[in-house]
Amino acid sequence: MQKVILSGNEAIARGAYEAGVLVASAYPGTPSTEILENTTQYKEIDASWAPNEKVALEVGIGACFGGARSLVTMKHVGVNVAADPLFTLSYTGVRGGLVLVVADDPELHSSQNEQDSRNYAKFAKVPMFEPADSQEALDFTKLAFDAGEKFDTPMFLRSTTRISHSKSIVTLGERRTDLPTPSLERNAAKLVMLPGNARKRHYDVEQRLIDMEEWSCTQPFNRIEKGAGKVGVITAGVAYQYVKEAMPDADVLKIGLVYPLPKQLIRDFAANYETLYVVEELDPYIEEQVRAMGINVVGKDKLPICGELTPGRVQKALFGKDVPTEDNSPELPPRPPNMCPGCPHRGVFMELNRAKAYVTGDIGCYTLGFLPPLSAMDTCVCMGASIGNATGISKVISEEEQRKVVAVIGDSTFLHTGINGLMDMVYNQSASTVIILDNRITAMTGRQENPTSGYMLNEQETYRVDMEQLCRAVGVEHVKVIDPYNIKLTRKIIREEMARPETSVIITSRPCMLVPRDNMDKRMPLYVDHDKCTGCKACLRLGCPAITWDEENKKSNIDKIICVGCKVCQQTCGFDAFIEYGE
Amino acid sequence: MSDVKNILLAGVGGQGILLASEVLSEVMMMAGMDVKKNEIHGMSQRGGSVTSHVRYGEKVYSSIIPEGEVDILFSFELLEAKRYLPLLRKEGQVIVNNLKIAPPSVALGKQVYPENLADEIGKQFPATKVINGLDLALEAGNPKTVNTVLLGALSKVLDVDYQLWIDALNKMVPAKLLDINLNAFELGRNAV
Repeated sequence: MQKVILSGNEAIARGAYEAGVLVASAYPGTPSTEILENTTQYKEIDASWAPNEKVALEVGIGACFGGARSLVTMKHVGVNVAADPLFTLSYTGVRGGLVLVVADDPELHSSQNEQDSRNYAKFAKVPMFEPADSQEALDFTKLAFDAGEKFDTPMFLRSTTRISHSKSIVTLGERRTDLPTPSLERNAAKLVMLPGNARKRHYDVEQRLIDMEEWSCTQPFNRIEKGAGKVGVITAGVAYQYVKEAMPDADVLKIGLVYPLPKQLIRDFAANYETLYVVEELDPYIEEQVRAMGINVVGKDKLPICGELTPGRVQKALFGKDVPTEDNSPELPPRPPNMCPGCPHRGVFMELNRAKAYVTGDIGCYTLGFLPPLSAMDTCVCMGASIGNATGISKVISEEEQRKVVAVIGDSTFLHTGINGLMDMVYNQSASTVIILDNRITAMTGRQENPTSGYMLNEQETYRVDMEQLCRAVGVEHVKVIDPYNIKLTRKIIREEMARPETSVIITSRPCMLVPRDNMDKRMPLYVDHDKCTGCKACLRLGCPAITWDEENKKSNIDKIICVGCKVCQQTCGFDAFIEYGE
Repeated sequence: MSDVKNILLAGVGGQGILLASEVLSEVMMMAGMDVKKNEIHGMSQRGGSVTSHVRYGEKVYSSIIPEGEVDILFSFELLEAKRYLPLLRKEGQVIVNNLKIAPPSVALGKQVYPENLADEIGKQFPATKVINGLDLALEAGNPKTVNTVLLGALSKVLDVDYQLWIDALNKMVPAKLLDINLNAFELGRNAV
């Protein structure tokens, strides 16, 4: 069998392929994004980006009701959006298998919270596998389809950032070709969840969990690894790897199916040790259930709930070991992320800052508008929240303050869940301003297509949502489309619309400069004419990575290798010092 | 786990660190070892600080290098080398590109870039190798081959068959850029 190095995400995509999956749907979200992207290499799978996680899951459910195996992937907060169909899917059960992959982000590498999705498994009564490396990511994906069909249940596969984005050696298998052909098949008692039907299904759900727990106690994905026999550790997922580093002599019960827990197996294992540890990231999810069984453990009384674990953090928490960290001393300048050179969002945030706007923000690259020197974001809650937040805050402040409130949201986020907020804003006559930064791509997660990009996941051309018409259709009378590289115009329109006592929308029309097909026009980089530069630092307010301050000469400089020639800086200069090469 | 070798790659988003760690991992797999590698995608791609952990040996568990057990800190930028220096073993080695990239606070004139970093690192870790990556990449014919130059330098201090590196580059570098990258690899290898 062929051995390759795969990331957890690549391995999940491979597992779905080998499991005979026919349909895959997702909304991008770090660290889950590459799963769906990797399914596109398997032509047998119909893979597509949905506008949000709820739609993605509903598409997956439809395929499952048609008898196909389907894969749906999202990040942890995406499950909040998809929770509505999820909880009832638990009652209908499945026809073809359905696996919902949820990728958690302990340490919040690229997220707005640190929620532990294992609680969703328990809450929605949807069983959950949790792999500890890429081989298990592949194997458990396949197992999840088999187990889900055996017990008539949708299945969760939980990953975390360090599983999704770590690579390890994987042995590949073959795709299953013996699955039944999908077809229409009516089964109202199971698929029409009216109270009379759903009431009966709830009993099936409860029985299924009892059956699955008993089955799980004898399955090899829950395994005991013998050590010196003195201490026992119960662990799952990536935490298992850290236990093997930090406590090499311990006896380990490694749990593969984290919901429902194999209680009898845990009881038998626990009986052997005076000291029993539960090592898990984030919430005391296993620990609480083990304690509820009357078994005493060492767990979150020592181990941190916040942040991810590492081998060192486990040793520090349990044994007090002194562990070094990276150098965080103040004389080492930090290196936070920044908007790219030529990013069309930059000038908009500079103008929002100058207009002293109170910006209700949203999730995307433009959340970086929070960082200095742009410093123009005052709230950021979740996907689509900017618009509802602007409406709500405007209800409770003075008319003068209302004119300062601006919601800022990207195209993909607007179509994800922002459009509902805009309907509310118009319907209930809020006087706020909304700026839609339409760069025609879902940029932050690595440039995925969406309904404004005009392309599908498979790169095929498709219909493009007309953002201006969409806003007009929900009732916004004042919709302005502007070129955000034109700073004077951007400033004028932002100030006019902020002053307007009605709902208004400004749409910026420049594409993401990292998408070559949308940036065909040739642009030359700029340089700073030091004879003209007075050292006033006005250009530095943009925070463009291509512009650096020359402390010796007290002038600005441009790095011509990374300058893309957007000329926004040229418009901030009162002394005509920014000159295009070749001019 | 004493046979496991730990290499921490560090640098700035956009420097080609992830490709370098891909090649390194491939080489170690071809050498018959268990390999794990780990990095953070997402925010760090936007010009932020980037690290990639590569671990190899008979059996590797954690993909994160246990803190304080880095054998080689392989940095594409001086300030980023300094940042991760405390994670190195006492007898560890640094291979660092002789390059300064100004972080935002320095570019805005609000902070200064620390002076004499290469000397300071060399004093603390005597086996440090400072590589003039950009000069050698330009000599190879393309400034974007700095990561391959640096890999060449790294290959000299690792105990792996030379041919495996060449095989991995053949497999992973696009055909039209292969010659220039092989050239860059040799220049880096000879610089150590």
